[in-house]
Amino acid sequence: MAMEITQILLSAQSPDGKIRTAAEENLKQFQEQNLPHFFLSLSVELSNDQKPPESRRLAGIILKNSLDAKDSIRKEELTQRWVSVSSSIKVQIKESLLRTLGSSVSEARHTSSQVIAKVASIEIPRREWQDLIRQLLNNMTQQQAPAPLKQATLEALGYICEEVSPQDLEQEQVNAVLTAVVQGMNQTEHNFEVRLAAVRALYNALLFAQTNFDNEMERNFIMKVVCETTVSKELEIRQAAFECLVSIASMYYDILEPYMQALFTLTANAVRGDDEPVALQAVEFWSSICDEEIELQEEYGGADEGNSSVHSHFIEKALPLLVPMLLETLLKQEEDQDQDDGIWNLSMAGGTCLGLVARTVGDAVVPLVMPFVESNITKSDWRSREAATFAFGSILEGPSLEKLTPLVHAGLDFLLNAMKDQNSHVKDTTAWTLGRIFEILHSASSAYPVITPANLPRIMSMLLESIRDIPNVAEKVCGAIYFLAQGYEDSGPNLSVLTPFLGDIISALLSTADRADTNNSRLRSSAYETLNEIVRSTNISETSNMIAHLLHEIMNRLSRTVELEIVSSDDRERQSDLQALLCGVVQVIVQKLSGSDETKSIILQSADQMMILFLQIFACRSSTVHEEAMLAIGALAYATGPEFAKYMPEFYKYLEMGLQNFEEYQVCSISVGVVGDICRALDEKVLPFCDGIMSQLLKDLSNSMLHRSVKPPIFSCFGDIALAIGEHFEKYVPYALPMLEGAAELCAHLDASDEDMLDYGNQLRRGIFEAYSGILQGFKNAKAELMIPYANHLLRFTELVFKDTNRDEGVTKAAVAAMGDLADTLGPNTKVLFKDCTFYIDFLGECLQSDDDQLKETATWTKGMIARVLVS
Amino acid sequence: MAPHDLRRPFKRPAISDQQRRRELALLRQAQQRSDSHNRARQLASSLLSLPAADQPPSSPEPILEDQPIQIEPASPEPEPEPPEAAPTRDLNVVQASKLRGLEARRWFARQLMLPEWMIDVPPYLDRDWYVFARPAGMRCFVVSSNGTTVSRLRNGSVLHQFPSLLPSGARRKDLSGPAHSYCILDCIFHEPDQTYYVIDMVCWRGYSLYDCTAEFRFFWLNSKLAETGACGPPAAYHKYRFSVIPIYDCDQMGLQAAYAGVVPHVKDGLLFYNKHAHYQTGNTPLALVWKDEFSSQYFLDTDGTGQVPAQQQVVLELQDDGKLTTSDDPPVVFGCMDGEFLQKSNLRPGNLLRFAIGDESARLHDGRLEILDLQFVAKVNPRSRAFADSYSKVFFQYAARHSPLRIEDLIASIQPNLGDNSKTTDVDMDD
Repeated sequence: MAMEITQILLSAQSPDGKIRTAAEENLKQFQEQNLPHFFLSLSVELSNDQKPPESRRLAGIILKNSLDAKDSIRKEELTQRWVSVSSSIKVQIKESLLRTLGSSVSEARHTSSQVIAKVASIEIPRREWQDLIRQLLNNMTQQQAPAPLKQATLEALGYICEEVSPQDLEQEQVNAVLTAVVQGMNQTEHNFEVRLAAVRALYNALLFAQTNFDNEMERNFIMKVVCETTVSKELEIRQAAFECLVSIASMYYDILEPYMQALFTLTANAVRGDDEPVALQAVEFWSSICDEEIELQEEYGGADEGNSSVHSHFIEKALPLLVPMLLETLLKQEEDQDQDDGIWNLSMAGGTCLGLVARTVGDAVVPLVMPFVESNITKSDWRSREAATFAFGSILEGPSLEKLTPLVHAGLDFLLNAMKDQNSHVKDTTAWTLGRIFEILHSASSAYPVITPANLPRIMSMLLESIRDIPNVAEKVCGAIYFLAQGYEDSGPNLSVLTPFLGDIISALLSTADRADTNNSRLRSSAYETLNEIVRSTNISETSNMIAHLLHEIMNRLSRTVELEIVSSDDRERQSDLQALLCGVVQVIVQKLSGSDETKSIILQSADQMMILFLQIFACRSSTVHEEAMLAIGALAYATGPEFAKYMPEFYKYLEMGLQNFEEYQVCSISVGVVGDICRALDEKVLPFCDGIMSQLLKDLSNSMLHRSVKPPIFSCFGDIALAIGEHFEKYVPYALPMLEGAAELCAHLDASDEDMLDYGNQLRRGIFEAYSGILQGFKNAKAELMIPYANHLLRFTELVFKDTNRDEGVTKAAVAAMGDLADTLGPNTKVLFKDCTFYIDFLGECLQSDDDQLKETATWTKGMIARVLVS
Repeated sequence: MAPHDLRRPFKRPAISDQQRRRELALLRQAQQRSDSHNRARQLASSLLSLPAADQPPSSPEPILEDQPIQIEPASPEPEPEPPEAAPTRDLNVVQASKLRGLEARRWFARQLMLPEWMIDVPPYLDRDWYVFARPAGMRCFVVSSNGTTVSRLRNGSVLHQFPSLLPSGARRKDLSGPAHSYCILDCIFHEPDQTYYVIDMVCWRGYSLYDCTAEFRFFWLNSKLAETGACGPPAAYHKYRFSVIPIYDCDQMGLQAAYAGVVPHVKDGLLFYNKHAHYQTGNTPLALVWKDEFSSQYFLDTDGTGQVPAQQQVVLELQDDGKLTTSDDPPVVFGCMDGEFLQKSNLRPGNLLRFAIGDESARLHDGRLEILDLQFVAKVNPRSRAFADSYSKVFFQYAARHSPLRIEDLIASIQPNLGDNSKTTDVDMDD
């Protein structure tokens, strides 16, 4: 029955690409020709102890991936496919999977337990494979069960608990599963592997055990066992037990109160004395408590205590002991940790947790931390100085500006001097701390300014000096400059404060971007991205000359990237990254200069040259550049207006490529946005390109592989096109309108319990209304009658949206506007419709009560349009 | 072990400008989309390229465009009928922008909200109405767009074309807003101090206020106009000063202030605006004009020489069937021309005709004014007037000569202790 596939599976892992591709093709053919036998052959391969572990492992993985997918539509397809396999074959497969749990090869056992859980996740909700749990429990209780079988069985139980809802099982079975798991954790179980598997299974079963956590006696028992396990003699088991506690802290925050005393002692001992992997989890426990309390505070805002009865203020209560414990961890730095971006050790975790504590309790943390800062920051040992600085930097978010600003003023000079410390860790952390000060505390309009005309020159000169320091310090200095500039953005006259430094900042950032002393591309990207913020925050009426020079410099750099010699794929990637950064700067400059007619002329003078560059970059065909160049072109189209028409013949093919790029949905999404820019820039001159654009957009809408987030903007884009070409949109009506109606239909069926789906639903509704608005207004002066057949549907859809409690402000605005557009364009034709449905009265009433002036204005307009129709 | 996903960035420089660029680009696009939708929604969007504003003098009727209203000379003067004049009432602005000369004027002539004359005092005057002193001068529409400002008189003809500090009102680089940022103001041009007194705001920076209540429009007018600097003295790019008028709630104090308060302009009666009324083109009973001898030198209509004619004069429109009607909708018939006279006099339907009413040839009957005998005076030049008199105007002028509605009557109507308004405020109808 089963086919021999060992060789194919091994070939599919061959380092030789040709062999690999051929094997993959073989597997694919087999799967397509006879799916049930394909599954069966995989399970036979997995269960056969005579086969090499590599082929068994791949067999299991292919089987697992044939049963589940992240995408919900795909997942449903796979489920149906499995369900349709004949039950005799499924029985054989399941038997061989269960048999594999006893295999002597640990990889095979592990893979098999995963596949079992996937099959269970399909079958148990359908009331199939009803004896699975019994069989697994049997593995645990039979006398003399070998340890590997018990270990793999526990693993399988854990995965099943993760996949299957307890509602799909009898409560008795749920209890039995948990009992088996907890018994596995017991010290009487002598095998280490089995106990570890049991703790990890419990970790996976925590949510599954909700009913048991609701029951005080059972909960006490589970907590007792977990706490005991945190002091097991094996490190991995202690670590896994703390991972359980971390997870419990998030899932069951509201039942923790009685255990907190014990948990504090356990975690404090672990942080102070246990091995680092365990200590890290113990710190993480407190970070998770902070997460919960911050979320509670954010959720209830400043609301009265009545609402926040579940807030137990654990952090506040533990503060006098918790903060000293965390401060101790800061002194446990590793050598050279400043060089390693991905570093995660006790001092990093401790600082992170301290930052969360500060966000949880605010001002109360300050007096507990400042003595540590003050006593350590001048010590000769670099660890003390670094820890003091890190502690200070960590508590900047949370406490009030009143509390922090005086401390910053008192310490700023010290920090600036510390940028010349002989130790690079200290400099690195100091630069990071300065960045945080500017990010969190500095705002030009603040009542407690941290940057004043008096200290700004010294700050700037120190930053411009330190940007030449070692790369990791320089990168953080870039961050500090970025946030310093951001604090002046949107601050009107205060923008001028930076003007005297602009030339020096720009040249320092440009030379930082050119530095050759690092292989890490992050410094270069930080330098260019900081340049973007400098451009955004500059007072352009004073600095347009300098920004014009910068534009030319960046364009020169862009043209040099096109001439780079490309030998390897690394070269290609480097070129493309650099182009992305430079296109980003161009985009920001174009957008900045478009702000006024005077500075716009700078763009218009360089538009041809810019466009030639972009087209050359497109020719390099790398998607990230594609995306950034696209964004820049959108900004350019806005700046040039109808003049952009001359670039269209050349540019169009790349625009089409962008719209076709559904794999990289960001590229597609940005291209859709650029279509909108072009429509507004060109108006009816966009007409010759509309057939191509529309057919591509319609294809994108029908493409189930395209990320859903791109679809709402496509609808809005229909509106942009219709508004630009007016009556010429007629020929697209038979295609576009059914799509709109279909999407409106879909909105009614989205899962309302899923927050992401709610969000998506709102985006979709907004896109639909914007499409209708554009189309209706486009047809207003000619061919309005084309929209008569769609009026009723639009109005009914609007009514549904009106009644939807999850509708957000953006949707409300778009809906009320579209209703006005309907009345405006179709006039007396809609009289009967508006007479028949009176929801619009309440809807307008709601909008007119709003605090949002724009919404009120739109609603007033719509009211007028409908009133005009009704008296007609 | 691997750090918590959320924790990792803590000690890294947190710049991620790419996402920010995307978001800002999206924000820009959303803003521009909303702008272009709003532009499409504006009633008056195509006022930007209005013909008369920048039309070369080759248009059919350029000569009289800049002449102020004057009373027509008595001699009848044949006027070529404009082709299909009637449908202009239904044109929208986009179509209006294609109109030229007389057509454009006719269209514009229909855009002003025309207060009825107050022939009795509306109920709840103190609660629902505003009052303000009406400056003496020429009522006009002021449109600023595309770097210029044009004022048009009630008959639709151009009064001035000039630069102003209104949005898009002058070609000045530093003030350039978006091209669609036009404005339409309802004004009275006051000759003595060369000032446009703004009495209503119809569109502001491209946003239509037609369908907003008077309450909102006046609020907007008072808060927005000053921002532009248009209320400042004339300057290089600002030929005429604009000014707002104090607007009062029509309670006792407000009415007194509007009636007797010192204002920088010559008064021509009082205007009453219903707070809840939208800007409605044409005649409306929700805006009222009232005058007496104290508040206006034009209490009684004057003729072209500034003299009050001995007999009341009215302007009526000749209909197809010879009937003579007011400008109301529906029109009120005051008389009929006999066919023989019509043929001899070369008058045509649509012509506006001036008549005198003898003292004994009009009367009030059941609260309605009836005119027994009209004496033909002259044909009115349609360039100077676009409409016949309204019923309320004829009534008011009649009452003014016989038993006027006095300021005391108005004040009495808002006495807080008077329960029944109607009794005390109705005009005395007896002859």
